[in-house]
Amino acid sequence: MAIKERMSGNEAVSYAIRQINPDVMPAFPITPSTEIPQIVSTYIANGEIDTEFIPVESEHSAMSATIGAEAAGARSLTATSSAGLALMWEELLLAASNRLPLALALVNRTLSGPININCDHSDGMGARDTGWIQIYAENNQEAYDNFLQAYPIAENPNVHLPIMICQDGFITSHAVENIELLEDETVREFVGEYQPEEYLLNPGKPIAVGPYSVSNYAMEGKKNQEIALENAKQVILDVAEKFRAVSGRGYGLFEEYKTEDAEYIMLMIGSAAGTAKQAVDDLRDQGKKVGVLKLRVFRPFPAKEIAEALRHAKAVAILDRCESYNGNGGPLGGEVSAALFRNKVMIEAVNYIYGLAGRDFTVSDACDIFGELEDMVQNGKEVEQYQYVRLRK
Amino acid sequence: MKNGIEIRWHGRGGQGAKTAALLLADVAFKTGQNVQGFPEYGPERMGAPITAYNRISADKIRVHSNIYHPDYVVVVDETLLDSVDVTAGLKKTGAIIVNTAKAKEEIAGRLNGYEGRVFTIDARKISMETLGKNFPNSPMLAATVAVSGVMPREKFITEMRASYEHKFAKKPEVIDGNMKALELAFDHLEKAIKSEKMSLTA
Repeated sequence: MAIKERMSGNEAVSYAIRQINPDVMPAFPITPSTEIPQIVSTYIANGEIDTEFIPVESEHSAMSATIGAEAAGARSLTATSSAGLALMWEELLLAASNRLPLALALVNRTLSGPININCDHSDGMGARDTGWIQIYAENNQEAYDNFLQAYPIAENPNVHLPIMICQDGFITSHAVENIELLEDETVREFVGEYQPEEYLLNPGKPIAVGPYSVSNYAMEGKKNQEIALENAKQVILDVAEKFRAVSGRGYGLFEEYKTEDAEYIMLMIGSAAGTAKQAVDDLRDQGKKVGVLKLRVFRPFPAKEIAEALRHAKAVAILDRCESYNGNGGPLGGEVSAALFRNKVMIEAVNYIYGLAGRDFTVSDACDIFGELEDMVQNGKEVEQYQYVRLRK
Repeated sequence: MKNGIEIRWHGRGGQGAKTAALLLADVAFKTGQNVQGFPEYGPERMGAPITAYNRISADKIRVHSNIYHPDYVVVVDETLLDSVDVTAGLKKTGAIIVNTAKAKEEIAGRLNGYEGRVFTIDARKISMETLGKNFPNSPMLAATVAVSGVMPREKFITEMRASYEHKFAKKPEVIDGNMKALELAFDHLEKAIKSEKMSLTA
């Protein structure tokens, strides 16, 4: 029986952690972290779970301790946001290259400066090349559902990689919305007990974690890591299928909303996709053939699948909630364009930067973008291929 | 979201406008509706202007932007009328509720020519009488429910009692005061709504 509740995104992820009851959670307990470590430590203090909580002095230490615990054979996780993730950077790469299936609950917020606390994807996107799996959510429900799927994906023997479950800072992390929760028992059966194959605290079967590798072998190690990330794609789909069986809620690498006959498609990540879906419904009422492709899995990047999903559109708006400072567009803009080119899908693709540092994104913004795509295709209007939404002129 | 209402709260940091928005989401959820309650964060400091929002609907809510064309605006601190354009985008068919000891006519003249309904309530007085302290959010919450009609009074009161009993499990002495504050605020607004209807038909 699904439990109908209302919760913020932070509460939803904390609730998922309570239901999973992981072994170890090291976390830096104050700003820039989120309410998640606070809520989980309350569950622990109340005796609802027996997770070992380690308050550490920085996020660098939080990720180090999580790596140590996971390497020892414990199901481990941490949680952070914004500058906290930036401080973990060196360790993020170690977690992935040592093939440790730990989890990180990330609340996406901007990086300084100027100093600002609000949502954008600079933190998560900054970690896009660290070898982690990254899954993003539109709302509290998806943040919860994605977290429940995290360990079954990460711990799969064909994957063995760390996983980042991301949601939009404040917009979903602090917003109270309706949610459907699974029963504790259902979650425990779905996630299962952690059975590490090789780990440090395993008498009689010693291993080394993180030793030096000479140039003659290190490159193969890196390629193996890349193969594992590619393997994750199928595992993510398999786990989603199992999740559908227990929850009734289906997930893929991305969600296609009314794209089947769509001439114009907006591609984006996170909470703004919900706003864009409303714009799609409004424009469909006016007879416009528009749709939304909401990317759920950013790492591994489903390049071919995205290209195929866009093949029959006339134009795509690629929305980035992050600036790459390369003069050529945002991370999604670059990667989706490359995917289209390699798969010979030669449609118009405009890259929009929106929502930096919490700048709002509205239904009318989404309608304007669809309008611009149509104007470009139908009337030959010159459109800047890389531009900002709602920027003060 | 086609069916439903949107509410914008204006308050100052520390006054509980965010809490009131979250409580409203809570109580509307309990009456079986789809809800959203969220604050807009700026620099966190006591006294700084803050905004919080509610969407309440029978349909699933997908939009995640702030609210620019609210059905209702609630002003928890009347001094904001000097610095914030509280009626910006407010629908004429909606209403604004202002916490003030001043007369409605005086407040109405300070709302940039807003043509919709204006309600005032002295939430400070109600709070002092019932709680002995100035916590305006309980009376403002009741006022908002009364004006917007998002749920019937009895249902609201029952659910709020359950909420307070949960929230103040360790401070049961404040529950009755808060309940009294809700009832007084509801009485005041029901009277105001009634007299407004009578003046419209007269």
